[in-house]
Amino acid sequence: MQHLDIILAMNHISKSFPGVKALDDVSFHVRRGTVHALMGENGAGKSTLMKCLFGIYSLDEGEILFDGKPVHFHNPEDALKAGISMIHQELQPIPYRDINENLWVGRYPTKKILGLFSIIDHKTMTKRSEELLKRVSLNLDPSTLLKELSVSQIQSIEIAKAISYEAKIIIMDEPTSSLTQAEVSHLFEIIHALKNLGVSIIYISHKMEEILKISDEVTIMRDGKYIGTWLSRELTMEKIIRNMVGRELVNLYPPKNNVPSTVSFEVKDLTSTNPKSFKNVSFSVRKGEILGIGGLVGAQRTELVEGIFGLRSVAHGEILLHGKKISIHQPRDAVKHGIALVTEDRRGNGIFGVLSVRDNVAVASLDDFVEFHLILNNKKLNQLAEANIKKLSIKTPSTKTKIQSLSGGNQQKVIISRWLAVDPDIFILDEPTRGIDVGAKYEIYSIMLDLAKQGKTIIMISSEMSELLGVSDRIIVMCEGRLSGILDRGDADQEKIMALATAYM
Amino acid sequence: MKKFMVQFQRENLKNTMVDNAMYLILLSILVMVSIAKPLFLSSNNLTNILMNSSIRIIIALGVSGALITRGTDLSAGRIVGVGAVIGGTLLQRPDYAAKFFPQLGDMPVVGILLLAVLITGFIGLVNGLVISYLHVPPFIATLGMQSILYGLSLIYTKSQPIGGLKDSYTYLATGRALNVPILILIAVVMIAIMWFLLNMTKFGKYIYAIGGNESAAEVAGVNLKWTKIRVYILAGLFYGLAGFLLAAKSGGATANYGIGYELEAIAACTIGGVSTAGGVGKIQGIVSGVLVFEMLKTSLQFLRVPSDLQYVAIGTVIVIAVAIDIRKYLAKK
Repeated sequence: MQHLDIILAMNHISKSFPGVKALDDVSFHVRRGTVHALMGENGAGKSTLMKCLFGIYSLDEGEILFDGKPVHFHNPEDALKAGISMIHQELQPIPYRDINENLWVGRYPTKKILGLFSIIDHKTMTKRSEELLKRVSLNLDPSTLLKELSVSQIQSIEIAKAISYEAKIIIMDEPTSSLTQAEVSHLFEIIHALKNLGVSIIYISHKMEEILKISDEVTIMRDGKYIGTWLSRELTMEKIIRNMVGRELVNLYPPKNNVPSTVSFEVKDLTSTNPKSFKNVSFSVRKGEILGIGGLVGAQRTELVEGIFGLRSVAHGEILLHGKKISIHQPRDAVKHGIALVTEDRRGNGIFGVLSVRDNVAVASLDDFVEFHLILNNKKLNQLAEANIKKLSIKTPSTKTKIQSLSGGNQQKVIISRWLAVDPDIFILDEPTRGIDVGAKYEIYSIMLDLAKQGKTIIMISSEMSELLGVSDRIIVMCEGRLSGILDRGDADQEKIMALATAYM
Repeated sequence: MKKFMVQFQRENLKNTMVDNAMYLILLSILVMVSIAKPLFLSSNNLTNILMNSSIRIIIALGVSGALITRGTDLSAGRIVGVGAVIGGTLLQRPDYAAKFFPQLGDMPVVGILLLAVLITGFIGLVNGLVISYLHVPPFIATLGMQSILYGLSLIYTKSQPIGGLKDSYTYLATGRALNVPILILIAVVMIAIMWFLLNMTKFGKYIYAIGGNESAAEVAGVNLKWTKIRVYILAGLFYGLAGFLLAAKSGGATANYGIGYELEAIAACTIGGVSTAGGVGKIQGIVSGVLVFEMLKTSLQFLRVPSDLQYVAIGTVIVIAVAIDIRKYLAKK
């Protein structure tokens, strides 16, 4: 390994928080003009390492060499100016401002008028924006408002911004988590172009196929420790998983032993009031069955289940529960009928970040803990939370811990506990394993299978092909708001799902 | 290792201090002023501070529900005024010369109290309906209500001050029961009621849930509209009681009673750790927030700070106190 090749060297980094050693002698070297994937389960220390790089955390021990020189960044701005940019998983655009302003906010090109006053030089700004947009192959007018853009386009704008800072390193955190297949290829083209310019990419992702495809090297971390760095071409999925979880994970999916019986839930001709959303969707699910809903991002799958659940308005169509027509105008109605929804956007409408694990578990089932028509039995609420923590092996210091300090997988388990406490017949899970590490994924699949075995009905939206194929009994596929096909477990494969997912495009 | 332990203890001490900043501020005001003016510690003065705080605490408790649900209530002070003028106009001495309703007989204090809180509770209901069903942001909805109520109070009282309150009414503020001022007892009962509602009922959990994440609360099946409406009704009831007591305490009322109290109540809640970002706030914080506020006011008077300068001092302390207190919610690096 040539020393000159290395643009970033983080050597022997250690960082402790009260009670935990978050990073324990971690070293991480990135070479110029390469894509370096950083992998590890949630809680492995990837984001702590990146925060140390950015000066958000101070180092306890170790040194950071950037372009051969030791650096101490005190905040992300220092890092940005030095040439390190980060594209966050959750993009933070300013929606009602245009591309120009989003690119140049805080450093607008200026000109002097009357040799005195500095004013914003809109002409230069637009010209530079156009150049940048070309670099990321976006054919857009710089005066377009950000709210008009798709997630993928906003991400490209962020990359353009990083380029404008002449970034030598761009960190991408789960960049493909809400992109369609076509958009992922577009992103990969941009990454290749950046590589050719000598820019290094630190690529953080849980998606192994992607990593094997795009990265040159892979560094794996586990429990705050450095496990190793490999050339991607020497790696296989099995090898990555083994190093990430530290044990052989024989199966990615638990054995399927649920037996679907009679139809419990039906949707007939359900159509949104929004003409661009779902239309004429009909399907049925049985007791003890896991029904997968596949499709590309934008296929209106989330909108469909939110329509069923009463979060979005429905123009016409019927919902039948155990053969009887029910009407749902708001989520409360759905909950009363025994329907639960684990939403896709965990932070947006799943968790109550500032509230305790206990209150997060109990919020939907408080009716069962009211005594004398008024008083809540807090002791029983604690018992409920404790029982669920044990049952789903939720890792939390206590029931009083604020949920926002738990990892994504544990937060998801808390939300599932919330619904288990209500004991619904129909479980709808929207991307239940998004942003969750391999080990926790397996546990969530097991919970779903257990529920199916108890005779519950499960509907799962997933954008991961292998998950759809690994867990579902049947898969319905949507495209452009319409149902494009239904596949049985036996004859479903990636090609068929893909064909149906693009059927009306 | 020893060095590490010392550092660890220091770190712990610092965290404990930050976490209890409000109580430390309370204590240090107390210590400093009592060294400078030993009379400050007289039971007379302390009782006085508690009595002044009693009404403010009731208002702060009322507005806290709105704040925890990420709302606000700018009409609090005006609703206090409504409670005051209802009590004042209907509970004058029968033989008082300038009676507001000359024909009115001797009315029962409890009856008028119920009437007052019925009306202020109804005002709260209107606030809640406008916020829940018309989706007017609480800031604007209650700002409008504030102006409406001020106008109505002026019309109702014909802009005249009201005096000559009957003794059984003013006794609420001057009297004692079990050798404790009744005013303080009432405040304690209201604190207990609000504590119970926030901690021991579904309603309370839903208040925190809506403040913590309104969208998640909706998905979890929480009745957002009804919960919010109840928050504003409850607030109206608390303000009405506070206004009723305020008139009794000062022996009269005008439509101007309670002006600016909403901002003091919101400031006291914030000082006491009620987060304006929603979902966070405890009763002990709200109560100590009000106490810090009132104690500060009394201290400044004791120290003979010119009244104009008092405003400057109070404003400064609010900002500093919140700046210190907020540290416990900031992510610790």
